Amino acid sequence: MSVTNVLISGVGGQGVILSSELLALAALAAGLDVKQGEFHGVAQRGGAVFSHVRFGEKVHSPLAPRGQVDFLLALERLEALRYAHFVKPGGTVFVNDHKVEPIRVGDLRPYPDEAEGFLGQKGFEVVEVGATQKAIELGNYRAANVILLGALATRLEIPEEVWSETLEERIPPRLLELNRKAFLAGGELVGTPVSGV
Amino acid sequence: MARKLMSGNEAIAQGAWEAGVSFAAGYPGTPSTEVLESLARYDRVDAHWSTNEKVAFDEGMGAALGGVRTLVTMKHVGLNVAADPFMVFPYAGTNAGFVVLVADDPGMYSSQNEQDSRYFAKMGKVPLLEASDAAEARELIKFAFDLSEEFSSPVMFRTTTRLAHTRGLVDPGDRTDRERKTFQRDAQQYAIPVYARLRRPELEAKLDTLREFAEAFEGNFIEEGDPTVGVVTHGIPYQYVKEVAPDATVFRLGMLYPLPEKKLREFCARFDTVYVVEESEGFIQQEMAAFGILNVVGKERFSNIGELSSDLVAQGLNGIPVPDDFNQEVAVLPRPPKMCAGCPHSGAFSALRKLKVLVTGDIGCYTLGCLPPLSAIDTTFCMGASIGNATGFKMAGEEKVVAVIGDSTFLHSGLPSLMSAVYNRVPTTMILLDNSTTGMTGHQEHPGTGQTLQEAPSPSVDFEALIRSIGVEHVTVIDPWELKDLRVAVKEALAHPGPAVVITRRACVLLPEEKAKDRIPFWVDEEACIQCDYCMESGCPALIMKGEYPWIRDWECIGCAICAQLCPVDAILRVEETAGVPAGEA
Repeated sequence: MSVTNVLISGVGGQGVILSSELLALAALAAGLDVKQGEFHGVAQRGGAVFSHVRFGEKVHSPLAPRGQVDFLLALERLEALRYAHFVKPGGTVFVNDHKVEPIRVGDLRPYPDEAEGFLGQKGFEVVEVGATQKAIELGNYRAANVILLGALATRLEIPEEVWSETLEERIPPRLLELNRKAFLAGGELVGTPVSGV
Repeated sequence: MARKLMSGNEAIAQGAWEAGVSFAAGYPGTPSTEVLESLARYDRVDAHWSTNEKVAFDEGMGAALGGVRTLVTMKHVGLNVAADPFMVFPYAGTNAGFVVLVADDPGMYSSQNEQDSRYFAKMGKVPLLEASDAAEARELIKFAFDLSEEFSSPVMFRTTTRLAHTRGLVDPGDRTDRERKTFQRDAQQYAIPVYARLRRPELEAKLDTLREFAEAFEGNFIEEGDPTVGVVTHGIPYQYVKEVAPDATVFRLGMLYPLPEKKLREFCARFDTVYVVEESEGFIQQEMAAFGILNVVGKERFSNIGELSSDLVAQGLNGIPVPDDFNQEVAVLPRPPKMCAGCPHSGAFSALRKLKVLVTGDIGCYTLGCLPPLSAIDTTFCMGASIGNATGFKMAGEEKVVAVIGDSTFLHSGLPSLMSAVYNRVPTTMILLDNSTTGMTGHQEHPGTGQTLQEAPSPSVDFEALIRSIGVEHVTVIDPWELKDLRVAVKEALAHPGPAVVITRRACVLLPEEKAKDRIPFWVDEEACIQCDYCMESGCPALIMKGEYPWIRDWECIGCAICAQLCPVDAILRVEETAGVPAGEA
């Protein structure tokens, strides 16, 4: 069995690390080898954050090689562009329809509003997900990360009961219901929800 | 016990606990911090934050000599601080197992330099172990304590950011409790300066026995594969080799000092050319060259700058070029970290910027004060350097210099520099940015916070009294959200004929008790705004340009009023001070 590579990117504070931990825990519960490598040093201060989650029969490197990522989950549009070169030809990019202007140091080019179009031209399958908008509707804009994870789950062969148990294991009880709803909403937004969560 | 997902740092804590560690000490430093934080959650082990790495090391030596297994943790630059005891402890040797965990940061994700600490092991004649993933780290650190006791030597356990912060599957085990070993008083072994000449040859003899051990050590293993491709590697780079050259014959080193010369020689004799895939400097390659093993390609193909990756290893081994990112085709703008909305340090830097003084900085979140738009720091080097640097600038004739240093860093290594300024009658001006925590590394307690690592209450340093007691006559305490007061205080401090200290006191806005406070945000009255952009100089992330006017993201604004004080026309108002606030966007 080959290794599935997922890269999750976003801005510090968006929950990149939590969503990648959930994915890694789900892969573990599904009986797979898993490694999750991340950069979180500046997470609390609004810097760019990424995390690689790799699972399969045997995983070596904590980070996926460039051009081999199956799924990129970007919690912010610029952060989709930053890591898109890791995605394999024809691979899938889930992009949250959300923009956070970075502070300007040196590079004065305008913010790339054309992210989705560019990625489409590069031959990637681009799935736009209104995750932040949906999260606000659910009552907490921070749930966008789990909404995106719910969207990704529709493409993975991890059983639905594993997702349910993983959320229960990792999410504090007071936030569990919100996150269940968010996970389900992610699947609904891309058309084929993973039910029973 | 069930298999668990653990980071390298968590696995090291687990392994150390299983090994029966009773005492652990360290100072926070990315990427090492979580080892001690994790260990603090176990029973039967006392883990504590020391004021700096040398203190941690000294305490650890005492505990290990006193008979209990001891772990000391630090990042690479922390080992520089602890280098003094690190170099001399091997002359004595240990009683109970002593392991120093040192976390290097190739790529400088959270560090001021890129340092290959393996050279310290060689210089100190200390055995050095490295693991390749979390599961192995758990096992290897357990073994490190056995090794330490078998050879009566401190053992260095080196990790890197990638190992420390990668989660993998670990099978936790049970703890083996250890009897406290008796310390046999013997000045000839432990009073080193007097007996150093006696001890010196013994250190060499011990190193020879360690060299023999390295030849048989099963952590140095060969995985047979293609008989024409030989690779020598270690640590995380081993994983990259397995990823991109799964068929190669691989010699994986788990003990990096001393190296198994005989085994390496035999291995290399089997191949025309052997690739040495190592991260950072060519340490293994240089050692092999010293052994006379020269059919080796290493740093010629694998840069000593930055972190390695599967891609870079594929490029070095197989000549496959690393694919470019898309920054040439589309604006992949950098997204550096920034100070938080309402950060007390922003207030201090907004005030300093106006005063146009030369600012020597230090290590912490406030290092970010050198970035635009604040651009308020002129130099930053290492922990505690700001004060000595400011004194030096004064000695060179610079008139207006201010050192800025955080509370934790001041206690770590700032205090001796301030005493030196006082003692030598140099009128050094210092701002102590007291945010009541160790911010950058994720809010660790320190001797000024009134809490231990386990959040038990403890005495807290009275900074004013401490600073006065060493002879600083001019000490003021200011709320850094009050910009005018702060400017006045700094001006007065600069005018004072002797050393002077301004303490800016306000808790980090990310601390839970601060986050829980009710805040009234501000908004920009576009009709009053004259578009001078002075408010934008605060560098506040809650303040963005929306069209031609500044605009405040009210869900991020915590109501510090720094921007409102920078506004010359009072166009930035508290939400409650006016009716009809324009509706914001998400």
